[in-house]
Amino acid sequence: MSDTSFQMDPQPSAWQRFKDSHFFHSFKIDRVAQLSFLIFITYVILALGAPLLSPYDPYDLSQVDILDSEIPPSWEEEGDERFYLGTDAQGRDMLSTILYGTRVSLTIGICAVLLQAFLGIVIGLTAGYVGGRVDSLLMRFADIQLSFSTMMVAIIVLAVFQATFGTELYQDLAMIMLILVIGIAEWPQYARTIRASVLAEKKKEYVDAARVMGFGRLRIMFRHILPNTLSPILVISTVQVANAIISEASLSFLGLGMPVSQPSLGSLISSGFEYIFSGSWWITVIPGVVLVVLVLVMNLLGDWMRDVLNPKLYKG
Amino acid sequence: MALLEVKDLEVCFGLRSGAVKALREINFSLERGERLGIVGESGAGKSVLGFSILNLISRPGYISKGAVNFEGQNLADLKPHQLREIRGNRISMIFQDPMMTLNPVLTIGQQMVECLLAHRKMRESDARKIALQKLQQVQIPSPETRLDQYPHELSGGMRQRIVIAIGLLLDPDVIIADEPTTALDVTIQAEIMDLMLNLCEQNNVALILITHDLGVVSEVTQNMMVMYAGRVIERGPTKEIINDPQHPYTQGLMNALPQMAQAGQKLNQIKGAMPPLQRIPTGCAFNPRCEYVMEICRHNLPDSTVSGNCRVACHMVAEMKREQAMGDEV
Repeated sequence: MSDTSFQMDPQPSAWQRFKDSHFFHSFKIDRVAQLSFLIFITYVILALGAPLLSPYDPYDLSQVDILDSEIPPSWEEEGDERFYLGTDAQGRDMLSTILYGTRVSLTIGICAVLLQAFLGIVIGLTAGYVGGRVDSLLMRFADIQLSFSTMMVAIIVLAVFQATFGTELYQDLAMIMLILVIGIAEWPQYARTIRASVLAEKKKEYVDAARVMGFGRLRIMFRHILPNTLSPILVISTVQVANAIISEASLSFLGLGMPVSQPSLGSLISSGFEYIFSGSWWITVIPGVVLVVLVLVMNLLGDWMRDVLNPKLYKG
Repeated sequence: MALLEVKDLEVCFGLRSGAVKALREINFSLERGERLGIVGESGAGKSVLGFSILNLISRPGYISKGAVNFEGQNLADLKPHQLREIRGNRISMIFQDPMMTLNPVLTIGQQMVECLLAHRKMRESDARKIALQKLQQVQIPSPETRLDQYPHELSGGMRQRIVIAIGLLLDPDVIIADEPTTALDVTIQAEIMDLMLNLCEQNNVALILITHDLGVVSEVTQNMMVMYAGRVIERGPTKEIINDPQHPYTQGLMNALPQMAQAGQKLNQIKGAMPPLQRIPTGCAFNPRCEYVMEICRHNLPDSTVSGNCRVACHMVAEMKREQAMGDEV
């Protein structure tokens, strides 16, 4: 052994490693991914900075004048300089409302997915690792849950809630309710994906080695197996955020989502829908485009990530 | 009292077609610092034995009879948390493929520190120091850098050194090495074996070496067992078994070594293959492949007979012993 005769390079920093990684490299050469990421980041910044960036506060009724209602965007003939994207039926500035709406939509989407991921990871990991009857039981639950469509569950739960506790209370709790409903309705997606990868991982010798080292079940599950299943989790997470946003928008469109006083993108689209035939297209179309672009971008990112993280699809 | 004692161990696998015995009547004991080799063909039950010592056979396998006593305690009677205290801490295991035994997403340091913290109350910085020290013991170049590297950044031989370092991390009393050098190339094999041998001697660790390499067994171990179809067919001091194998199967294994073949001739082999566990023939499991098969071999399972310092489970050896005894009387 010549253990002292050669010099090791100093360990590269975390940032250096990231820059050298396959992940970053494929990002550098993929224009679609770069563009999607840029747009997504813009969305996030706009959503986070909504109170600072928007010219008006759409939640503040004192700033809203009903006489300003249905003003078209400023580039139209009847447009008003003050309202760049026009106003909605209540006279709120569309630009501000959309910024705040994006914020609401993203919050609901991300929180709902966090809830889904939490439930799905715990259940999927347990089912996959413990196996046997526990596995069958949990997976049958997942099957049952999947046999109800998300929309149906959400509509029933939200409608019953509104009917029992009244619209007042519902409007206060709308965001939490939406997160809960969408989060709970879609956990099987996660649970199944994770269970499948756990089944593959737990056959590997490092799990045996961990058991031989005397580690407990929970430690093996969460510290040793879970990190090895992260890439599918990451991929479905991006797609699921997009799905959750869509679900929220659909529910809001049906009048079961966010109230008009705190509109999300979906409820904005819905509130403008009544006026679309009277010529006020912007109330529906602009938030619609914003929503579509957001969802598209997230799906593209998810797609790209799946290609990168799946070694079987390695394209070189 | 022996450090580790396996008494009449029987391990079954509950399959749909019924319980299949993977191990039968396993008896041996291991003293502190002793080195025991277990050899046999693939499927003889060597690895199952390794796992059942730690009470870690995964379903549908289970211990159906017998006991594994560690320092006089039957491991089957212990509660899960007591068992975890023994695993890794008192008895550790080294696996065949170093590519697979290290968790790919954790750095070497994280994995080593985790092992230490799981069993010992200590600060993380102290654990890191011990980890570093163990890496130095297994003669890894620039151990400080290794701690922050991931398994994929290291070569196979290096990884096996790390696996050994992890096995030694908690100063165990017994190491079960399940074919520790099979996945490595020959030169590295010798290095790693030497290293393990030295470390075991230095720390007075008992070693159970599971392998199918008779050469390694003869160099490293003091005692050995030969397994066939879940049974120990020959057990005794390594030197005696290597120099004078008594069971026809052990003889066959010895003859199958390439060194035994004459130049220009075919290599010797034992004809046939080990029977699947569901269809073990009646009588001696080896009888369909045995050159010296007798009528009794097809019907009765041979008991193990004492022959010199060894115990052999073979009718032929038993008969020879009997004749010898009769001859002595006359």
